[in-house]
Amino acid sequence: MKTEVVKKYLRLEKMPTVWCPGCGNGIILGSLLRAFELRGRSKDDIVLISGIGCSGRTSGYVNVHTLHTTHGRAIAFATGVKMMMPKMSVIVVMGDGDCTAIGGNHFIHAARRNLDITAIVYNNGIYGMTGGQVSPTTPYEAYATTAPYGQMEAPFDIVELALGAGASYVARSSVNDVPKLDEIIVKGIRNDGFSVIDVITPCPIVFGRYNNLTADPMKNLEWIRETTIPKSKAAKMSEEELRGKWITGIFRDREKPGLINLYLDLEKRLSKSGSVEDKGEEA
Amino acid sequence: MKTKKSQRGKRKKWKVQLAKRKIISGNHAIVDGAIRAGCRFFAGYPITPSSEIAERLSELLPKCGGRFIQMEDELASMGAVIGASLTGAKALTATSGPGFSLKQENLGFAIMAEIPVVIADVQRGGPSTGLPTYPSQQDLMQARWGRHGDQEIIVLMPDSVQEAYELTIRAFNLSEKYRTPVVLMTDEVISHMTEPLDIPDEIEIIDREPPGVPPEEYYPFDSSKGLVPPLAPYGKGYRFHITGLAHDKTGFPSSDPEIVHNQLKRKLDKIRKNTDDIVEVEEFMLKGAEYAIFALGSVARASKQTVVNLRKEGVRIGLLRPKTLWPFPEKEVRELAKKVKKIFVVELNYGQIVGEVERFASKYTEVDWFGRANGRLIPPIEIRSFIEDRIK
Repeated sequence: MKTEVVKKYLRLEKMPTVWCPGCGNGIILGSLLRAFELRGRSKDDIVLISGIGCSGRTSGYVNVHTLHTTHGRAIAFATGVKMMMPKMSVIVVMGDGDCTAIGGNHFIHAARRNLDITAIVYNNGIYGMTGGQVSPTTPYEAYATTAPYGQMEAPFDIVELALGAGASYVARSSVNDVPKLDEIIVKGIRNDGFSVIDVITPCPIVFGRYNNLTADPMKNLEWIRETTIPKSKAAKMSEEELRGKWITGIFRDREKPGLINLYLDLEKRLSKSGSVEDKGEEA
Repeated sequence: MKTKKSQRGKRKKWKVQLAKRKIISGNHAIVDGAIRAGCRFFAGYPITPSSEIAERLSELLPKCGGRFIQMEDELASMGAVIGASLTGAKALTATSGPGFSLKQENLGFAIMAEIPVVIADVQRGGPSTGLPTYPSQQDLMQARWGRHGDQEIIVLMPDSVQEAYELTIRAFNLSEKYRTPVVLMTDEVISHMTEPLDIPDEIEIIDREPPGVPPEEYYPFDSSKGLVPPLAPYGKGYRFHITGLAHDKTGFPSSDPEIVHNQLKRKLDKIRKNTDDIVEVEEFMLKGAEYAIFALGSVARASKQTVVNLRKEGVRIGLLRPKTLWPFPEKEVRELAKKVKKIFVVELNYGQIVGEVERFASKYTEVDWFGRANGRLIPPIEIRSFIEDRIK
């Protein structure tokens, strides 16, 4: 059944993907496609937008409206689409560098603006496509091609960043817990405002090899299992115990009208006051 | 107070489309032209001297079924207008030199992906932050070559408020017709000066071509459909892929040398082979001219006065003023060069477009140059002294 769902939304002629053996991106893609099915959206009502990097290739594989944009700018393109087509489900997929380095400004402002877009971050803590450079989410002291002595900078916590910036929906899961991942993506799409889903995913070929995890997918997944702690469990742990760990779960699921709904209300108000000259084509 | 009252009256008239003549600024003429052309989306970022465009559209767009958004930066606003255009909407962004630099990234994407959008660039003095409240013509080459990669771009340059209105409409028409971004380039003076605008009753509006085939037969970059394959809007059953990577007719990435060559060549040719349609120039008092001035925008405006004054003195001089800067009016410059003894290029910078004039004119005639960019317009008297000095 699940395979059938996935096949329904995939551009099968584009298989196999460019992703390396053991990469977690395919697992996230599977969850996303099941979420489409669970939300009951027609393929014509979904726009999938991506940036540059390994995650960027996602859009090409899905048989909906797909847009592979420039590095870091996927959310900006999505903003134009959503503003003009409020009924579309607009989904953005990004990598951690894409989202929080070059696209960091777009990310926090999209959260503040609270336009109804679902942003999924494929967070593997590394620039995979360019060969393993350090990213804003590379764990402290982890190795990368541009951090040969270990990362000296503190990583971004994407969940904290999104919460602070005002996103309506903020959640995190890892590719180890697929049912949970399915669930948080569905809920994220359902939320009326800006939704952020941080997905911890392995990059065995680059991150794994540089960080004593080898290219063995199982070792990488095992490491993710050890470093991701469910919210309920984390509540009972000390700060010391939580150092270097990612806390998973749903951190916010607020009911608040998204920007486009406010804009549509404004149009109604202006229309009632008789100041509308010409109704443009309704999206 | 009186001004305020008439302002309110004017707005009311706009709603019922009664005003045939109004007195407005160049930036507001761009707004009116955009709405008339069918623009229903604007995304931008505040920057002097273009901000009035965003301010006015933030008020007008929600009243006419359009949508406005102020983005976090220029990179984002360029991305947002591309996204909006993919839904089928006509979209505008506006900026000035420093912002235009930031827009180049996604402007390159729009060229590669062939997305119709209009960018208004109100030039100010550069480089860098430069002279925010003074005019220049220092973006002429940035508009042409500001992005990496081979490409063609359409750039229009009005010399009056009236023309700011008309060329804004033309910018949208050309962007829809050729499925390409178009830059409308004014400067601080053209955008901030207030002049009468006569609103024409009838005006040609071009909308992009519909796909013309069912979704299963549709390819967004299908060269067999001519130089400009139709772009299907989102939400109508046409599900296709758009990428900034080199791509084949389906829109999916390809690095096949033949496909890459053919697609890129088509994107260049759709502009290059249609220059006769795209290029517009004004020939001012060129009949029987011995000398000619080549100038654009506000400088052409001053040059006209110089031409009139010199003609009175018996100097047989005229002006060639491109309304289309890019693609460059090669043919017109070449023809002019064959007829005159000398072409004087006058520009508000330290030598940008003169090189282009030389490319096409030097074989036939002499090219001389005068220009500066100190924040002040070049007045007719200065142009006159320069020319008188050179033709002594």
